[in-house]
Amino acid sequence: MSSFSLEEAELMVEKSEKGEPLGLFFWICVFWIGLNVFGAIFANVLPLPNPLNENFNAINVGPGLHHLFGTDDLGRDIFSRIVYGSRVSITVGIGAILIGFGVGAPLGMLAAYRRGRFDSFLTTIMYVLLAFPAIIATIAVLSFWTPRSLFKIIVVIGVASIPLVYRVIRTATLSVATKDYVIAAKVQGATDRRILMKELLPNIAPIAVSFFLIGVATVITLEGALAFLGLSVNPPTPSWGNMINEARTVLTQNVWLAFFPSLALCLFLIALNFIGDRIRSHFDVTEVKL
Amino acid sequence: MLRYLTKRLMLLVGIVFVISVGSFYLIHLLPGNPATVILGFGATPEAKAILYKQLGLSKPIYLQYFVWLGNILHGNLGVSFISQTTVSSVIRSALPIDGEIIILSQIMAFAAAIPTAMRSARKPDGIIDRVLGATSFTLLSIPPYILIVVLVLFISIKLGVSGTGPSAYVSLGTDWITNLESLSLPAFTLATVSFVVYYRILRSDLIATLQEEFITMARSKGISQRRIMWCHAFRPSSVALLGAASVNIGSLLAAGFVVQYLLQIPGLGYTLILAINESDFLVVQGIVLTVSVLVVAINFFFDFVINMVDPRISRE
Repeated sequence: MSSFSLEEAELMVEKSEKGEPLGLFFWICVFWIGLNVFGAIFANVLPLPNPLNENFNAINVGPGLHHLFGTDDLGRDIFSRIVYGSRVSITVGIGAILIGFGVGAPLGMLAAYRRGRFDSFLTTIMYVLLAFPAIIATIAVLSFWTPRSLFKIIVVIGVASIPLVYRVIRTATLSVATKDYVIAAKVQGATDRRILMKELLPNIAPIAVSFFLIGVATVITLEGALAFLGLSVNPPTPSWGNMINEARTVLTQNVWLAFFPSLALCLFLIALNFIGDRIRSHFDVTEVKL
Repeated sequence: MLRYLTKRLMLLVGIVFVISVGSFYLIHLLPGNPATVILGFGATPEAKAILYKQLGLSKPIYLQYFVWLGNILHGNLGVSFISQTTVSSVIRSALPIDGEIIILSQIMAFAAAIPTAMRSARKPDGIIDRVLGATSFTLLSIPPYILIVVLVLFISIKLGVSGTGPSAYVSLGTDWITNLESLSLPAFTLATVSFVVYYRILRSDLIATLQEEFITMARSKGISQRRIMWCHAFRPSSVALLGAASVNIGSLLAAGFVVQYLLQIPGLGYTLILAINESDFLVVQGIVLTVSVLVVAINFFFDFVINMVDPRISRE
């Protein structure tokens, strides 16, 4: 997401095209995400130079055989820092959205299924919380809740995403819950638990997965912005955002230092957004295929 | 309409209450005694006394809220302990810069998004639509902090356009041309961010609107394509556009913070980050409160405008 609000991610989920095939580019994107996640998990096993090792004999070296992406102003290997930096972005992205889904999704499903007072009560609360600009709340809480750590960042962004996940899942469930087969299951005497797990969940899964992926991309963008402003994990721990932030001061001497982390971040986001968009349009059966 | 507005107004009051409690509680997230953290260990007793009076720190926490709220309602947001100026004057000098950047960017974004979306919607899946679609999807994945770095690299450093680089800011009062030059890259960045959202939403909404019966009716009457677009299709579709603009405002402010930080433009964002780094917490609290209330108020205003454009909404 070029801007960091989950609200726009929601608009994207709602407004995409329907019923398209997955295509080759989809699998290229999946491969790219897989490669990045692999690199993030096995960064210390892979033959990479230490990302914190400073080498003052090789400062601001351009890309080459010895240092694939060159070195930064302290002589640290940029490629290695990008691979290690992906750990922060991916952990925050997945962790925060997991919190959002862990709380927001069950509540949203229950509210849409039960309706009545429970639903209107929850929905009003979530509406009030949604009106609060999440990015500003995140900056505010992180600036006061010191010392900052990866865990706190995940919690703050995760909590901020709950109302939006709730709204997306509730809307998706609402459109399914009134379908004939759900009523048929109810008439047959199926338990609530069975209806929720076997009838509703599989039918909202495509929207949920799609929103999950686009949500991860949005959170990674947000973490990048926080890191850029110096509100994420503290240096020297590399993250894509704080690498761009560090490059800011030496923009004229070393262009590569800003270029490679930016490229890594953008490619990762494009791939995630594309996969999310395609999954949703591919599995959408509401209009085109029925 | 009136009933709808009263309902919305009551919700607005509730939201502002939640925001005020949240902003108030921020101070208590600080580790240790707020007075010591805010003022540092070498604080004078006088400074401490002022802070205690401002925040009501000697009272129990729920009473502190009312002391604090009372001060806020009198326009007293406290004093910055770094610059010794009042927080409200800090905000008053910074806020117009954010306003100017956002207004400039929105003019550019609407001017670009409306014609392109109409062009796309006229022939969905045509060549122009596909190119625009792919471009907007790619732009969607480029965060503003990368866009501004790229722009500064190319335009201010490579091409050497003067007055656009870091710390080139000149206030509007001094010279408006230089002022516009110094704000051109930030405004362009924010405009791109908004353009992508507006284009995508207006395009899909226009496509849906163009399939409605009243458009077919207008076509059969022989009304020109251009007139149908502007007079018949645009008004119902502009509701979605206004909604997107309303949702966009929070992230736009945040994107503004990022570009200001890079270019050292003394708007709210740059002031906020400086205050965070200097532990000037009352300034941070004041800016957070102002920005949050402002965003909510703007959203409320947009709700009102959307209602004027499409009165059906309030009857639902």
